[in-house]
Amino acid sequence: MNPRRKKRMFTLFAVVFGIGAAVGLTLYALQENINLFYTPTELVEGKGEAKEKPFVGQKLRIGGMVVPGSVVRDEKTLDVEFKLIDTGPLVTIKYHGILPDLFREGQGIVAQGVLVDATTIEAFEVLAKHDEEYMPAEVAEAVKGIKHVKPSYDLNTSGE
Amino acid sequence: MWKWLHPYAKTQKAYQLCNTFMPYFAVITIVCFAVGWVWGLAFAPADYQQKDSYRIIFIHVPSAIMSMGAYSSMAIAAFIAMVWQLRNAELAVIAIAPVGAAVTAIALITGAAWGKPMWGAWWVWDARLTSELILLFLYLGVIALYHSFEDKAAAGKASCILALVGVVNLPIIHFSVEWWNTLHQGATITKFDGSAIHPSMFWPLMINIVAFVGVIGWVTLIRLKNEIIQREKHRPWVRELVSGGKNAV
Repeated sequence: MNPRRKKRMFTLFAVVFGIGAAVGLTLYALQENINLFYTPTELVEGKGEAKEKPFVGQKLRIGGMVVPGSVVRDEKTLDVEFKLIDTGPLVTIKYHGILPDLFREGQGIVAQGVLVDATTIEAFEVLAKHDEEYMPAEVAEAVKGIKHVKPSYDLNTSGE
Repeated sequence: MWKWLHPYAKTQKAYQLCNTFMPYFAVITIVCFAVGWVWGLAFAPADYQQKDSYRIIFIHVPSAIMSMGAYSSMAIAAFIAMVWQLRNAELAVIAIAPVGAAVTAIALITGAAWGKPMWGAWWVWDARLTSELILLFLYLGVIALYHSFEDKAAAGKASCILALVGVVNLPIIHFSVEWWNTLHQGATITKFDGSAIHPSMFWPLMINIVAFVGVIGWVTLIRLKNEIIQREKHRPWVRELVSGGKNAV
Protein backbone atom coordinates (compact mmCIF):
# COMPACT_ATOMS: atom_id res chain seq x y z
CA MET A 1 0.00 0.00 0.00
CA ASN A 2 1.50 3.31 -0.95
CA PRO A 3 2.15 5.96 1.74
CA ARG A 4 -0.59 8.34 0.58
CA ARG A 5 -3.24 5.65 0.81
CA LYS A 6 -1.89 4.55 4.15
CA LYS A 7 -2.08 8.09 5.45
CA ARG A 8 -5.66 8.48 4.25
CA MET A 9 -6.58 5.16 5.82
CA PHE A 10 -5.20 6.14 9.21
CA THR A 11 -6.88 9.53 9.03
CA LEU A 12 -10.21 7.83 8.39
CA PHE A 13 -9.70 5.36 11.23
CA ALA A 14 -8.81 8.26 13.51
CA VAL A 15 -11.94 10.20 12.50
CA VAL A 16 -14.30 7.25 12.99
CA PHE A 17 -12.60 6.25 16.22
CA GLY A 18 -12.72 9.81 17.53
CA ILE A 19 -16.39 10.23 16.77
CA GLY A 20 -17.11 6.79 18.17
CA ALA A 21 -15.40 7.75 21.39
CA ALA A 22 -17.28 11.05 21.56
CA VAL A 23 -20.65 9.38 21.01
CA GLY A 24 -19.74 6.60 23.40
CA LEU A 25 -18.86 9.02 26.17
CA THR A 26 -22.01 11.05 25.57
CA LEU A 27 -24.20 7.96 25.78
CA TYR A 28 -22.33 6.81 28.86
CA ALA A 29 -22.94 10.14 30.54
CA LEU A 30 -26.62 10.06 29.60
CA GLN A 31 -26.96 6.39 30.44
CA GLU A 32 -29.61 6.80 33.08
CA ASN A 33 -31.71 9.09 30.93
CA ILE A 34 -31.87 6.80 27.92
CA ASN A 35 -33.59 4.06 29.87
CA LEU A 36 -37.22 4.07 28.86
CA PHE A 37 -38.52 3.25 32.31
CA TYR A 38 -37.91 2.74 36.02
CA THR A 39 -38.16 -0.76 37.40
CA PRO A 40 -40.20 -1.21 40.59
CA THR A 41 -36.99 -1.79 42.57
CA GLU A 42 -35.49 1.44 41.24
CA LEU A 43 -38.67 3.30 42.08
CA VAL A 44 -38.80 2.13 45.67
CA GLU A 45 -35.12 1.86 46.57
CA GLY A 46 -33.71 4.59 44.36
CA LYS A 47 -31.83 4.47 41.11
CA GLY A 48 -28.12 4.42 40.41
CA GLU A 49 -25.34 4.96 42.91
CA ALA A 50 -26.93 8.09 44.31
CA LYS A 51 -30.11 6.11 45.09
CA GLU A 52 -32.09 8.86 43.51
CA LYS A 53 -35.81 8.44 44.00
CA PRO A 54 -38.47 10.11 41.86
CA PHE A 55 -40.55 12.68 43.70
CA VAL A 56 -44.30 12.49 44.20
CA GLY A 57 -46.02 14.18 41.30
CA GLN A 58 -43.25 13.31 38.84
CA LYS A 59 -44.24 12.02 35.44
CA LEU A 60 -42.47 8.76 34.73
CA ARG A 61 -42.56 5.38 33.07
CA ILE A 62 -42.38 2.13 34.95
CA GLY A 63 -41.74 -1.32 33.55
CA GLY A 64 -42.23 -4.66 35.22
CA MET A 65 -44.21 -7.86 35.33
CA VAL A 66 -47.88 -7.87 36.23
CA VAL A 67 -48.18 -9.81 39.48
CA PRO A 68 -50.52 -12.80 38.89
CA GLY A 69 -53.74 -12.43 40.81
CA SER A 70 -53.30 -8.73 41.42
CA VAL A 71 -55.49 -7.39 38.64
CA VAL A 72 -58.64 -5.81 40.01
CA ARG A 73 -61.18 -4.54 37.52
CA ASP A 74 -64.05 -2.26 38.33
CA GLU A 75 -67.27 -3.88 37.19
CA LYS A 76 -68.93 -0.70 36.00
CA THR A 77 -66.10 1.41 34.58
CA LEU A 78 -62.81 0.90 32.75
CA ASP A 79 -60.86 1.44 35.95
CA VAL A 80 -58.27 -1.24 36.60
CA GLU A 81 -55.66 -1.63 39.29
CA PHE A 82 -52.74 -4.05 39.37
CA LYS A 83 -49.32 -4.58 40.90
CA LEU A 84 -45.96 -4.66 39.14
CA ILE A 85 -42.87 -6.54 40.25
CA ASP A 86 -39.31 -7.11 39.01
CA THR A 87 -37.16 -8.63 41.73
CA GLY A 88 -38.40 -7.28 45.01
CA PRO A 89 -40.86 -4.55 45.90
CA LEU A 90 -44.34 -4.19 44.48
CA VAL A 91 -45.69 -1.06 42.85
CA THR A 92 -49.37 -0.39 42.35
CA ILE A 93 -50.67 0.94 39.05
CA LYS A 94 -54.06 2.55 38.61
CA TYR A 95 -55.32 2.97 35.10
CA HIS A 96 -58.49 4.03 33.37
CA GLY A 97 -58.85 2.82 29.81
CA ILE A 98 -58.56 -0.10 27.45
CA LEU A 99 -55.58 -2.34 28.02
CA PRO A 100 -53.59 -3.74 25.06
CA ASP A 101 -54.40 -7.27 23.86
CA LEU A 102 -51.18 -8.68 25.23
CA PHE A 103 -51.90 -7.42 28.75
CA ARG A 104 -52.08 -10.48 30.96
CA GLU A 105 -51.09 -11.50 34.43
CA GLY A 106 -47.42 -12.44 34.29
CA GLN A 107 -46.82 -10.26 31.23
CA GLY A 108 -44.18 -7.53 31.09
CA ILE A 109 -45.66 -4.06 30.66
CA VAL A 110 -44.52 -0.45 30.55
CA ALA A 111 -46.84 2.14 32.08
CA GLN A 112 -46.54 5.89 31.84
CA GLY A 113 -48.07 8.03 34.51
CA VAL A 114 -47.72 10.22 37.55
CA LEU A 115 -46.35 9.10 40.88
CA VAL A 116 -49.08 9.76 43.44
CA ASP A 117 -47.34 8.30 46.46
CA ALA A 118 -44.14 6.32 47.07
CA THR A 119 -45.40 3.09 45.51
CA THR A 120 -48.48 4.10 43.52
CA ILE A 121 -48.66 5.36 39.98
CA GLU A 122 -51.67 6.78 38.26
CA ALA A 123 -51.05 5.69 34.67
CA PHE A 124 -52.43 7.31 31.56
CA GLU A 125 -50.83 4.84 29.19
CA VAL A 126 -50.17 1.14 29.53
CA LEU A 127 -48.05 -0.62 26.90
CA ALA A 128 -47.47 -4.37 26.72
CA LYS A 129 -43.94 -5.64 26.28
CA HIS A 130 -43.37 -9.00 24.66
CA ASP A 131 -40.22 -11.08 24.65
CA GLU A 132 -38.03 -12.21 21.79
CA GLU A 133 -39.27 -15.77 21.80
CA TYR A 134 -41.60 -17.02 19.12
CA MET A 135 -43.07 -20.49 19.04
CA PRO A 136 -46.27 -22.29 18.16
CA ALA A 137 -48.82 -22.69 20.96
CA GLU A 138 -48.29 -26.45 21.32
CA VAL A 139 -44.54 -25.97 21.70
CA ALA A 140 -45.00 -23.23 24.28
CA GLU A 141 -47.22 -25.55 26.27
CA ALA A 142 -44.70 -28.37 26.12
CA VAL A 143 -41.57 -26.28 26.75
CA LYS A 144 -42.73 -23.62 29.14
CA GLY A 145 -45.78 -25.31 30.57
CA ILE A 146 -47.90 -22.25 29.92
CA LYS A 147 -51.11 -22.26 28.08
CA HIS A 148 -52.03 -18.85 26.79
CA VAL A 149 -55.72 -18.64 26.47
CA LYS A 150 -57.15 -15.26 25.78
CA PRO A 151 -58.69 -14.27 29.08
CA SER A 152 -62.42 -13.83 28.98
CA TYR A 153 -63.91 -11.02 30.95
CA ASP A 154 -67.43 -12.27 30.73
CA LEU A 155 -68.71 -11.31 34.15
CA ASN A 156 -71.39 -14.01 34.12
CA THR A 157 -68.93 -16.87 33.94
CA SER A 158 -65.94 -15.44 35.77
CA GLY A 159 -68.01 -14.51 38.78
CA GLU A 160 -68.88 -18.12 39.49
CA MET B 1 -2.91 -10.95 -4.66
CA TRP B 2 -5.51 -8.37 -5.53
CA LYS B 3 -4.32 -7.99 -9.13
CA TRP B 4 -7.42 -9.69 -10.54
CA LEU B 5 -9.53 -6.90 -9.07
CA HIS B 6 -7.71 -4.11 -10.86
CA PRO B 7 -9.57 -4.20 -14.19
CA TYR B 8 -12.85 -3.53 -12.32
CA ALA B 9 -11.62 -0.09 -11.38
CA LYS B 10 -12.55 0.78 -14.94
CA THR B 11 -16.16 1.82 -15.16
CA GLN B 12 -16.81 -0.18 -18.30
CA LYS B 13 -15.64 -3.40 -16.69
CA ALA B 14 -17.67 -2.66 -13.58
CA TYR B 15 -20.73 -2.04 -15.75
CA GLN B 16 -20.30 -5.43 -17.40
CA LEU B 17 -19.84 -7.06 -14.00
CA CYS B 18 -23.16 -5.55 -12.88
CA ASN B 19 -24.80 -7.15 -15.88
CA THR B 20 -23.27 -10.51 -15.03
CA PHE B 21 -24.49 -10.42 -11.44
CA MET B 22 -27.95 -9.02 -12.02
CA PRO B 23 -29.76 -12.17 -13.18
CA TYR B 24 -28.53 -14.11 -10.14
CA PHE B 25 -29.80 -11.48 -7.75
CA ALA B 26 -33.08 -11.31 -9.65
CA VAL B 27 -33.61 -15.06 -9.38
CA ILE B 28 -32.69 -15.14 -5.67
CA THR B 29 -35.07 -12.26 -4.98
CA ILE B 30 -38.05 -13.66 -6.82
CA VAL B 31 -37.66 -17.24 -5.62
CA CYS B 32 -37.00 -16.30 -1.99
CA PHE B 33 -39.82 -13.79 -1.77
CA ALA B 34 -42.25 -16.26 -3.33
CA VAL B 35 -41.23 -19.07 -0.99
CA GLY B 36 -40.61 -16.93 2.09
CA TRP B 37 -43.85 -14.96 2.01
CA VAL B 38 -46.12 -17.89 1.23
CA TRP B 39 -44.43 -20.05 3.86
CA GLY B 40 -44.20 -17.32 6.46
CA LEU B 41 -47.58 -15.70 5.99
CA ALA B 42 -49.69 -18.75 5.21
CA PHE B 43 -48.04 -21.94 6.49
CA ALA B 44 -45.87 -21.08 9.50
CA PRO B 45 -47.71 -21.76 12.77
CA ALA B 46 -49.21 -18.90 14.75
CA ASP B 47 -47.28 -17.65 17.77
CA TYR B 48 -48.40 -18.82 21.22
CA GLN B 49 -48.67 -15.30 22.50
CA GLN B 50 -49.17 -12.94 19.62
CA LYS B 51 -51.18 -15.29 17.41
CA ASP B 52 -51.15 -14.21 13.77
CA SER B 53 -49.93 -10.65 14.42
CA TYR B 54 -46.38 -11.90 14.84
CA ARG B 55 -46.27 -12.73 11.10
CA ILE B 56 -45.13 -9.18 10.39
CA ILE B 57 -41.67 -10.33 11.54
CA PHE B 58 -41.30 -11.92 8.13
CA ILE B 59 -41.05 -8.41 6.72
CA HIS B 60 -40.04 -6.36 9.73
CA VAL B 61 -37.03 -8.38 10.88
CA PRO B 62 -35.44 -8.89 7.43
CA SER B 63 -35.84 -5.21 6.57
CA ALA B 64 -34.45 -4.10 9.94
CA ILE B 65 -31.45 -6.42 9.69
CA MET B 66 -30.77 -5.45 6.11
CA SER B 67 -31.13 -1.73 6.81
CA MET B 68 -28.00 -2.21 8.89
CA GLY B 69 -26.45 -4.62 6.39
CA ALA B 70 -26.93 -2.15 3.55
CA TYR B 71 -25.42 0.58 5.69
CA SER B 72 -22.34 -1.54 6.39
CA SER B 73 -21.88 -2.20 2.67
CA MET B 74 -22.28 1.49 1.97
CA ALA B 75 -19.69 2.34 4.61
CA ILE B 76 -17.24 -0.22 3.25
CA ALA B 77 -17.69 1.24 -0.23
CA ALA B 78 -17.16 4.72 1.23
CA PHE B 79 -13.98 3.56 2.95
CA ILE B 80 -12.61 2.10 -0.29
CA ALA B 81 -13.62 5.21 -2.19
CA MET B 82 -11.76 7.42 0.26
CA VAL B 83 -8.58 5.38 0.68
CA TRP B 84 -8.06 4.12 -2.85
CA GLN B 85 -9.87 7.01 -4.53
CA LEU B 86 -11.93 4.67 -6.65
CA ARG B 87 -14.75 6.33 -8.48
CA ASN B 88 -16.70 3.09 -8.77
CA ALA B 89 -16.81 2.73 -5.00
CA GLU B 90 -18.06 6.29 -4.72
CA LEU B 91 -20.80 5.54 -7.23
CA ALA B 92 -21.65 2.41 -5.25
CA VAL B 93 -22.17 4.52 -2.13
CA ILE B 94 -24.66 6.73 -3.91
CA ALA B 95 -26.27 3.68 -5.52
CA ILE B 96 -26.92 1.96 -2.19
CA ALA B 97 -28.05 4.98 -0.17
CA PRO B 98 -31.66 5.33 -1.45
CA VAL B 99 -32.15 1.55 -1.38
CA GLY B 100 -30.99 1.45 2.22
CA ALA B 101 -33.23 4.41 3.08
CA ALA B 102 -36.24 2.61 1.59
CA VAL B 103 -35.48 -0.58 3.52
CA THR B 104 -35.07 1.41 6.76
CA ALA B 105 -38.39 3.11 6.12
CA ILE B 106 -40.01 -0.31 5.61
CA ALA B 107 -38.55 -1.47 8.92
CA LEU B 108 -39.87 1.60 10.73
CA ILE B 109 -43.34 1.46 9.16
CA THR B 110 -43.85 -2.27 9.70
CA GLY B 111 -42.52 -1.82 13.21
CA ALA B 112 -45.12 0.84 13.92
CA ALA B 113 -47.86 -1.33 12.44
CA TRP B 114 -46.74 -4.16 14.73
CA GLY B 115 -46.36 -1.94 17.77
CA LYS B 116 -49.90 -0.63 17.69
CA PRO B 117 -51.72 -3.97 18.20
CA MET B 118 -49.06 -5.60 20.40
CA TRP B 119 -47.60 -2.85 22.57
CA GLY B 120 -50.50 -0.46 22.28
CA ALA B 121 -48.55 2.40 20.67
CA TRP B 122 -47.41 3.26 17.15
CA TRP B 123 -44.25 4.87 18.35
CA VAL B 124 -42.27 5.05 21.57
CA TRP B 125 -39.06 7.00 22.01
CA ASP B 126 -37.09 4.06 23.23
CA ALA B 127 -33.43 3.53 22.34
CA ARG B 128 -33.97 0.95 19.60
CA LEU B 129 -36.64 2.88 17.71
CA THR B 130 -34.83 6.19 18.02
CA SER B 131 -31.48 4.85 16.82
CA GLU B 132 -33.16 3.18 13.84
CA LEU B 133 -34.80 6.53 13.00
CA ILE B 134 -31.36 8.14 13.15
CA LEU B 135 -30.17 5.52 10.67
CA LEU B 136 -32.88 6.68 8.25
CA PHE B 137 -31.72 10.27 8.71
CA LEU B 138 -28.13 9.21 8.01
CA TYR B 139 -29.18 7.63 4.74
CA LEU B 140 -31.17 10.73 3.82
CA GLY B 141 -28.18 12.87 4.80
CA VAL B 142 -25.88 10.94 2.47
CA ILE B 143 -28.34 11.34 -0.40
CA ALA B 144 -28.95 15.03 0.31
CA LEU B 145 -25.27 15.80 0.64
CA TYR B 146 -24.50 14.16 -2.69
CA HIS B 147 -27.16 16.16 -4.49
CA SER B 148 -26.28 19.47 -2.89
CA PHE B 149 -22.93 19.80 -4.69
CA GLU B 150 -22.61 20.85 -8.30
CA ASP B 151 -19.15 19.30 -8.46
CA LYS B 152 -19.75 15.56 -8.24
CA ALA B 153 -16.20 14.74 -7.13
CA ALA B 154 -16.61 16.93 -4.05
CA ALA B 155 -20.13 15.63 -3.57
CA GLY B 156 -18.90 12.04 -3.54
CA LYS B 157 -16.25 12.83 -0.95
CA ALA B 158 -18.67 14.60 1.36
CA SER B 159 -21.21 11.78 1.29
CA CYS B 160 -18.47 9.20 1.80
CA ILE B 161 -17.33 10.93 4.99
CA LEU B 162 -20.88 11.12 6.33
CA ALA B 163 -21.47 7.46 5.44
CA LEU B 164 -18.32 6.46 7.33
CA VAL B 165 -19.03 8.56 10.39
CA GLY B 166 -22.53 7.10 10.62
CA VAL B 167 -21.07 3.64 11.20
CA VAL B 168 -20.92 4.60 14.88
CA ASN B 169 -24.70 4.22 14.94
CA LEU B 170 -24.70 0.54 13.93
CA PRO B 171 -23.48 -0.97 17.22
CA ILE B 172 -25.79 1.43 19.05
CA ILE B 173 -28.79 0.07 17.15
CA HIS B 174 -27.78 -3.51 17.70
CA PHE B 175 -26.96 -3.27 21.41
CA SER B 176 -29.59 -0.69 22.36
CA VAL B 177 -31.90 -3.41 23.64
CA GLU B 178 -29.17 -4.75 25.93
CA TRP B 179 -27.64 -1.52 27.17
CA TRP B 180 -30.86 0.18 28.15
CA ASN B 181 -34.38 -0.62 29.29
CA THR B 182 -36.45 -0.57 26.14
CA LEU B 183 -39.97 -1.48 25.15
CA HIS B 184 -38.56 -3.26 22.12
CA GLN B 185 -37.75 -6.89 22.83
CA GLY B 186 -34.21 -8.24 22.70
CA ALA B 187 -32.46 -9.87 19.76
CA THR B 188 -34.02 -13.12 18.59
CA ILE B 189 -31.74 -14.53 15.91
CA THR B 190 -28.39 -13.70 17.50
CA LYS B 191 -29.45 -14.79 20.97
CA PHE B 192 -26.61 -16.98 22.24
CA ASP B 193 -28.44 -19.89 23.82
CA GLY B 194 -30.43 -20.26 20.60
CA SER B 195 -34.00 -21.54 20.47
CA ALA B 196 -35.55 -18.08 20.82
CA ILE B 197 -37.54 -18.82 17.72
CA HIS B 198 -38.98 -22.18 16.81
CA PRO B 199 -37.48 -23.79 13.65
CA SER B 200 -40.88 -23.78 11.94
CA MET B 201 -40.75 -19.96 12.05
CA PHE B 202 -36.99 -19.57 11.82
CA TRP B 203 -36.55 -21.02 8.34
CA PRO B 204 -39.15 -18.92 6.54
CA LEU B 205 -37.62 -15.92 8.33
CA MET B 206 -34.16 -16.84 7.00
CA ILE B 207 -35.51 -17.18 3.47
CA ASN B 208 -37.07 -13.75 3.75
CA ILE B 209 -33.76 -12.32 4.92
CA VAL B 210 -32.06 -13.80 1.85
CA ALA B 211 -34.84 -12.32 -0.29
CA PHE B 212 -34.12 -8.87 1.15
CA VAL B 213 -30.40 -9.34 0.49
CA GLY B 214 -31.36 -10.22 -3.08
CA VAL B 215 -33.64 -7.28 -3.68
CA ILE B 216 -31.18 -4.80 -2.18
CA GLY B 217 -28.39 -6.20 -4.35
CA TRP B 218 -30.57 -6.23 -7.43
CA VAL B 219 -31.83 -2.67 -7.13
CA THR B 220 -28.37 -1.43 -6.16
CA LEU B 221 -26.86 -2.97 -9.31
CA ILE B 222 -29.49 -1.29 -11.47
CA ARG B 223 -28.80 2.01 -9.76
CA LEU B 224 -25.04 1.56 -10.04
CA LYS B 225 -25.37 0.97 -13.79
CA ASN B 226 -27.37 4.18 -14.09
CA GLU B 227 -24.85 6.14 -12.05
CA ILE B 228 -21.98 4.84 -14.19
CA ILE B 229 -23.75 5.79 -17.42
CA GLN B 230 -24.61 9.22 -16.09
CA ARG B 231 -21.11 9.94 -14.83
CA GLU B 232 -19.37 8.56 -17.93
CA LYS B 233 -21.72 9.89 -20.57
CA HIS B 234 -18.87 11.41 -22.58
CA ARG B 235 -16.98 8.14 -22.93
CA PRO B 236 -17.16 6.42 -26.29
CA TRP B 237 -18.32 3.10 -24.85
CA VAL B 238 -21.28 4.76 -23.16
CA ARG B 239 -22.24 6.59 -26.34
CA GLU B 240 -22.12 3.38 -28.25
CA LEU B 241 -24.17 1.65 -25.56
CA VAL B 242 -26.83 4.33 -25.50
CA SER B 243 -27.09 4.55 -29.28
CA GLY B 244 -27.52 0.77 -29.37
CA GLY B 245 -24.25 -0.02 -31.09
CA LYS B 246 -23.10 -3.51 -31.82
CA ASN B 247 -21.14 -3.82 -28.57
CA ALA B 248 -24.17 -2.89 -26.55
CA VAL B 249 -24.32 -5.00 -23.41
